[in-house]
Amino acid sequence: MPQLFRPSSNTIAKVSIAGVVLLLGSTLAVAYIMDRGPWTTSVRIAPEQPIPFSHKHHVKDDGIDCRYCHTSVENSGYAGLPPTETCMTCHSQIWSNASVTQPIRDSWASGKSIEWTRVHDLPDFVYFNHSIHINKGIGCSACHGQVDEMPLMYRVNTLNMNWCVNCHRNPAQFIRPRSEVFNVDYAYPPNQAELGAKLVKEYHVQSLTDCVTCHR
Amino acid sequence: MKHSLIPLESLVEPVKKQATDLQALREKLAAGRGPAFWRTLDEAAESEELREYVEQEFPGLSGQIPQGVDRRSLLKVMAASLAMAGAAACTKQPKELIVPYVRQPENIIPGLPLFYATAMPTAGYARGVLVESHLNRPTKVEGNPDHPASLGSTTIFEQGSVLNLYDPDRAEIVMREGSISNWPTFTGEFSTAAQGIVSRKGEGLAILSGATTSPTLINQMSTLLAQNPGAKWYIHEPSVNPAIRSAAKKIAGKNAFVAYDFSQADVIVSLESDFLNNGPAALAYARQYAKRRAIDNGETPVRLYAIESCPTVSGSIADHRFPVKSSAIPAIAYQLAKACSVAAPDAGTPAPDWLNAVAQDLQNSKGKCVVVPGEFQPESVHLAAWALNSALGNVGKTVRLLDGVEPDNTHTLEELTTDLNNGRIEMLLILGGNPVYTAPASLNFTTAIRKARLVIHLSQFSDETSLWSHWHVPEAHYLETWSDSRAFDGTTTIQQPLIAPLYENKSAHEVLSILLGKPDQSSHDIVKGYWQDQLKGANFEAVWKTSLHDGWIAGIAANSINAGGAVTLPPLQQPAISDLEVVFRPDPTIGDGAWSNNGWLQELPKPQSKMTWDNTVSISPKDAQRLNVTIGDMLKVTVNGRTTVGPAWILPGHVEGSVTVYFGYGRTASGRVGNNIGYNAYAIQDASTPWYAAGSISKTGEHYRLANVQETQTMAGRNPVRATELAEYRKTPNFPTAEEPPLDKATSLYPEWPYEGHKWGMTIDLNVCTGCSACIIACQAENNIAVVGKDQVARGRHMHWIRVDRYYAGNDIDDPEIYNQPVPCMHCEQAPCEVVCPVAATVHSNEGLNEMVYNRCVGTRYCSNNCPYKVRRFNFYLYSDWNTQSLYGARNPDVTVRTRGVMEKCSYCVQRIQEVKIQADKENRPIRDGEIQTACQQVCPTQAITFGDLNLKGSKVAQQQALPRNYGLLDDLNTRPRTKYLGFVRNSNEALSGNTRKS
Amino acid sequence: MATQENLKISELPEIPDPGPDEIIGPGHNYATVTERIGGIVYTPWKRWPGKWWIGAAIAFGFVNLLMLAMYVLFFRGIGTWGVNIPIGWGFAIINFVWWIGIGHAGTLISAILFLLRQDWRTSINRFSEAMTLFAVACAGMFPILHLGRPWLAYWLFPYPNSMWLWPQPRSPLEWDVFAVSTYGTVSLVFWYIGLIPDLASIRDSAPHLWQQRIYGILCLGWRGSAIHWHRYQKAYLLLAGLSTPLVLSVHTIVSFDFAISIIPGWHTTIFPPYFVAGAIYSGFAMVLTLIIPLRSWYNMRDLITLRHIDAAAKFMLGTGLIVAYGYAMEAFFAWYSGDKYESFMYWNRITGPYAVTWWLLILCNIALPQSLWSRRVRHNIGLVWVLSLVVNIGMWLERFEIVVTSLHRDFVPSSWGIYIPTKWDWATYTGTLGFFMFLIFLFVRMLPSISIFEVREVVHHLRHPREAYQEKQ
Repeated sequence: MPQLFRPSSNTIAKVSIAGVVLLLGSTLAVAYIMDRGPWTTSVRIAPEQPIPFSHKHHVKDDGIDCRYCHTSVENSGYAGLPPTETCMTCHSQIWSNASVTQPIRDSWASGKSIEWTRVHDLPDFVYFNHSIHINKGIGCSACHGQVDEMPLMYRVNTLNMNWCVNCHRNPAQFIRPRSEVFNVDYAYPPNQAELGAKLVKEYHVQSLTDCVTCHR
Repeated sequence: MKHSLIPLESLVEPVKKQATDLQALREKLAAGRGPAFWRTLDEAAESEELREYVEQEFPGLSGQIPQGVDRRSLLKVMAASLAMAGAAACTKQPKELIVPYVRQPENIIPGLPLFYATAMPTAGYARGVLVESHLNRPTKVEGNPDHPASLGSTTIFEQGSVLNLYDPDRAEIVMREGSISNWPTFTGEFSTAAQGIVSRKGEGLAILSGATTSPTLINQMSTLLAQNPGAKWYIHEPSVNPAIRSAAKKIAGKNAFVAYDFSQADVIVSLESDFLNNGPAALAYARQYAKRRAIDNGETPVRLYAIESCPTVSGSIADHRFPVKSSAIPAIAYQLAKACSVAAPDAGTPAPDWLNAVAQDLQNSKGKCVVVPGEFQPESVHLAAWALNSALGNVGKTVRLLDGVEPDNTHTLEELTTDLNNGRIEMLLILGGNPVYTAPASLNFTTAIRKARLVIHLSQFSDETSLWSHWHVPEAHYLETWSDSRAFDGTTTIQQPLIAPLYENKSAHEVLSILLGKPDQSSHDIVKGYWQDQLKGANFEAVWKTSLHDGWIAGIAANSINAGGAVTLPPLQQPAISDLEVVFRPDPTIGDGAWSNNGWLQELPKPQSKMTWDNTVSISPKDAQRLNVTIGDMLKVTVNGRTTVGPAWILPGHVEGSVTVYFGYGRTASGRVGNNIGYNAYAIQDASTPWYAAGSISKTGEHYRLANVQETQTMAGRNPVRATELAEYRKTPNFPTAEEPPLDKATSLYPEWPYEGHKWGMTIDLNVCTGCSACIIACQAENNIAVVGKDQVARGRHMHWIRVDRYYAGNDIDDPEIYNQPVPCMHCEQAPCEVVCPVAATVHSNEGLNEMVYNRCVGTRYCSNNCPYKVRRFNFYLYSDWNTQSLYGARNPDVTVRTRGVMEKCSYCVQRIQEVKIQADKENRPIRDGEIQTACQQVCPTQAITFGDLNLKGSKVAQQQALPRNYGLLDDLNTRPRTKYLGFVRNSNEALSGNTRKS
Repeated sequence: MATQENLKISELPEIPDPGPDEIIGPGHNYATVTERIGGIVYTPWKRWPGKWWIGAAIAFGFVNLLMLAMYVLFFRGIGTWGVNIPIGWGFAIINFVWWIGIGHAGTLISAILFLLRQDWRTSINRFSEAMTLFAVACAGMFPILHLGRPWLAYWLFPYPNSMWLWPQPRSPLEWDVFAVSTYGTVSLVFWYIGLIPDLASIRDSAPHLWQQRIYGILCLGWRGSAIHWHRYQKAYLLLAGLSTPLVLSVHTIVSFDFAISIIPGWHTTIFPPYFVAGAIYSGFAMVLTLIIPLRSWYNMRDLITLRHIDAAAKFMLGTGLIVAYGYAMEAFFAWYSGDKYESFMYWNRITGPYAVTWWLLILCNIALPQSLWSRRVRHNIGLVWVLSLVVNIGMWLERFEIVVTSLHRDFVPSSWGIYIPTKWDWATYTGTLGFFMFLIFLFVRMLPSISIFEVREVVHHLRHPREAYQEKQ
């Protein structure tokens, strides 16, 4: 009976063993990276907007406070997006002919809303409440990053559940004085550990990790 | 292998049915020891028929599709495939748009709901409500605590009304003879037509409306009638008995209303009255009754005698029920009058033995008792009740005579039919209502209406009447238009709209205003204009604002007429019907048919039968036995030669020789929900004897599949409801736990939860629960609970988070004790469901909530299997309607809309808990007791449900759970339910101990 | 001599049926054994008997039915089944437990009997191991199919995720995940290791080069050298030791799905032993159901002898008695515990809507199998086959009893219900039966369904039948 296999097949056999292991490993690795990478979380990816609105310009250069536009952030679950009216308060005067602000004027004239693309988009089964976080000394930049450095708005955090839970388990790491909440370039002090602990007591901050805290 | 399973398959093949052996059953029960609870005859008989009946309920291996799947199937596939996509661990979120206002209204803060006060008129009478609005989108109706006809509660209909607003089947545009037209064209042509009429001083003009108390409308009408003496105003309210008003008028000598005050009553005798659930003052009465039912501080509770043919909600919690033919009530009333030494004509028949005991009880509590005449009883009964009450010195104490708030000197539907047939009517203007469907068959209204030259129909749906009308104008929903209405006691509410009309909807005011020559007046202007005249002088705008804010106008109420004239009782018109009596009643959940296209109300189990999606012919066990009828057998009901065919429902406690039929079904132009289900009882109604008539029934031989939510099995010696007599209770106040103590806590292997913060708990007082089922539909409205359809209900897949179990007790199936038990999630401290979920989708919170996380659930259904209370509900299909746009509006934005394949259940309205917690936290204060109300608690007319923090010192719920009457359902399993019950205490009359069932 | 191309099994030297106590027909030598068993594998497909084609076709039909049922299930939802509230589990879990149970015989025969040095196991172990694998494959489908959202089944596995969530370790369903997957894997490996020497002999005698190549790859270069055999025996022994505890553990854990809960009829301590016994019971039943036709169709009466049938039947009888004891204990505790729910549950089983299935179950699992006490019955192949079918049915009914009758009337009467399987329930169940049979059909054609080398060992150990045979000449 002739030989069924050439001698090389021994090597092939041995290699294939390692190959299978490697293949499995790498597939898992890729999946893992994909899951946490920007392709999924769209971190640092600025979606296209009807108007190239620059927080950098409005916050840093013009020094406009967050609450000027996001009016309901202190009393409602929603921070609130400014009505065209708010834009027009200035842009009826300045840049009133610029092409970038044309959509504002169109909206004002037609009464049709500007349709923004949501950047910080939580799933519908998550019930996040801005007002209570603001009230407990979680600054805007804690989640939204340094918007005053963003020519176009993008996510700096994944908004994944583990990211939320990380703070909910131990709020002390991210709490700041209420006075600093709207300070976009607030830097956590070196003694954040004890400061946080102190504020947690002061503001009666609870570490809420019950599911119904966010899911209803 | 399959052929070997024939026994199994035989379960699903239709099986020939035999009658339940009721005789054997009666004996079995008569020999029964202790309170053998049972629910249906078949189950009590524990018989072969039960199995067959059950097969009947779940026939066939086919038709796996929930109702309305045709509309949904496409979406289901989409949803499923989307979900498939979700299978990949890494999925991108779809792009989502935010659309801010262009000019944002000042008072609106996105994310914070607003509440507006208004009122929903039912049969004309107002019930004040507060409506929750999200971004100007009404989502939930609550009672207005300051309104005397609501006191913070509502009936099932106020809850259901939200769904009607968003009903995709609503009429959307003005139609002319079936083709699309528009409002301007209509106003134009209508005005021209009107001019002719007006020039003839209204000759030939007929206006038909439902009962109304709207001052503005009445004013408009009186102006109109003044200008056009020839015109006539007819009023038809299908489910209201005109005798109530005519009697009141006889008593007071003028337009009046007889009101009761049960908070002062020691003894109540109901002559077939469902006063706790029916009528303009029902909610107020329920609240008063509940107060007088208190026993925990040694009070002696009120005693209620219910004399009725068919068990009503009020009758179900009576201390004594006397099943009596509806047609025999007039005689009983006269006999009772005689027994209380009131001059009354001869009643013919001798009084039943128990009547004297009742009369004695009444006389023992003079000035502290009430005799309530039945809503559907003739004038004589109402007069007799008044005579009794005045003779017993109740007038001015427990009985008050108030000025009537309905218009006087209007005409009836009978007169309209005559006028139509005599060709006296040229133009018929129908303001609301559906007379073609609701008119008694004897009137042949369908032929009469054709005699009118021009028929204009204003209604929310394009219904049976619209088909016979030349013009159909879409009527505005009460949440869409300005109007006003008055409560039974005259309290006046200005109804403000929560939302602009969704379609081309118009109000009656606007249509009438055309006749008045002001075609382009808006409801707002009409209503406000009227009140400007009324509230002259002092700062109208301020008054107007306050009135809108409070929900009622200060200082306007009906005067009470103290002079209650003595009445002379007319001789008995007709003796009790000796052969079979057919009783006509509005359907418990669908009413006169106006609600028939409302999925929530269709799927709401009817208080006594627990039936959904159908009306039945209620028949007594004795008659069923005599006629060899089993549940679901089709019965042909004949009255005056007219017949209708409906499925039988054997109703324990129903009087022998009588069947009850219900209005509201058998509709042909209702909508996708209400079309072609049930039978039409109007088809056999005779205008001369509208509420009960002599008739006959016979089996057709067919059998019908009914969808009942709790149609199975015996109590097997378990006591979910624990009840006792007052005397017993005085001896052993802890009667519920005396015999069946809860298991010792130490028997658990799991460690105790600390519960340092809040500790939510609930108590349900069975002593005042009437089983009205408002809690079920309130929960449905609050928590976006889906409607599943008849087929799915029949398969045991209804979705209600709170159910109301109804148990029969005692050893007499012809006159059983009836108990109601609402069952929400128990939020066990040792919850069996939590330990078995493989993905931790249902877990315990630090506050003792049993959390259900939809987005984590994979749907093993193990939690439901392991739940001893079976309060968990599963989305076997994609039940939530995701593709009917208009329904989005009705959804509560604070509650996730569940998808296919996930478990759901009562959450103690956790969204409300969180809202209040956040609010209190921001204000840096503790949560007040009663600040958080669950939907079921808030709606409950008798306040039987209490929710709160058990860790809060002196909170109401903590106090109630400390009461001796307090017990937990199945607390011998050591699940340690947080939802507890307060045992039922029956205040029987010793003199009638022969009649009371041993329990 | 006949070349292998045109060699037919019928051309093998005629060997008379062995006596009832012999485990192999007289006159077998190494060659005959190889030809008899291996011959089936390398018979060219043109010569495959019509019976096979018909059987395989029917089985494949049911496989397609299964596919259809799954399609309907995934796109419409679990509502297409008869499950409801309160009966949240129906056919899916019944079939799961049933299949897993069937899956027990294989490992038991090959591992435990191997350790016990039962030489009669040799000619049925390969086949029953294959059966085990296929049964586990069928069983494995159901826990996923019965989920409300099957596409999320992977949440039951502990993997690092961005939700920082792990499965819930207190849930028996979670234990199942590991129990079943472990069992499946080990059985597969055990079965494959067992195959290697035979794959080699097929390679050596297969007619075509491509066959030789394929089997050559599959047998991982087995040359049958002493050192190979030495290592092989070690590995096989180790695996046998490894899988022995699994035989007990798997069904014990499956029984926890019920025993851990609080439902009357589920919440009992007797479940683990009683489930394992039941599993072996049904396992042997299924082995008999399959090998009896097999030995007659492929003319293997001399390899699978009365002795095997008899032994398997005795096993059925024994385990059947343990199961009977289990039933007795359930009844006893229902009465002795004095628990009103327990006693009602049992009474309801006997007299309730599902009484028919209960009495049928007693008939199938307890009454009829007692006839196996008689040697005459055990040696009546037809009768044994019928009995094995009866037991299969009985064990399925037992799972139906446990799952359905316990759930449909539990604690609060208001929510009691009834369970009616739908056509899709039946489609899924019969579909898996078809899937199972289809795999069996492929197996008997593609792989040696009896362990060639082990039978050879037997031949080697028992020379005497051969001498006896020669004397007869």
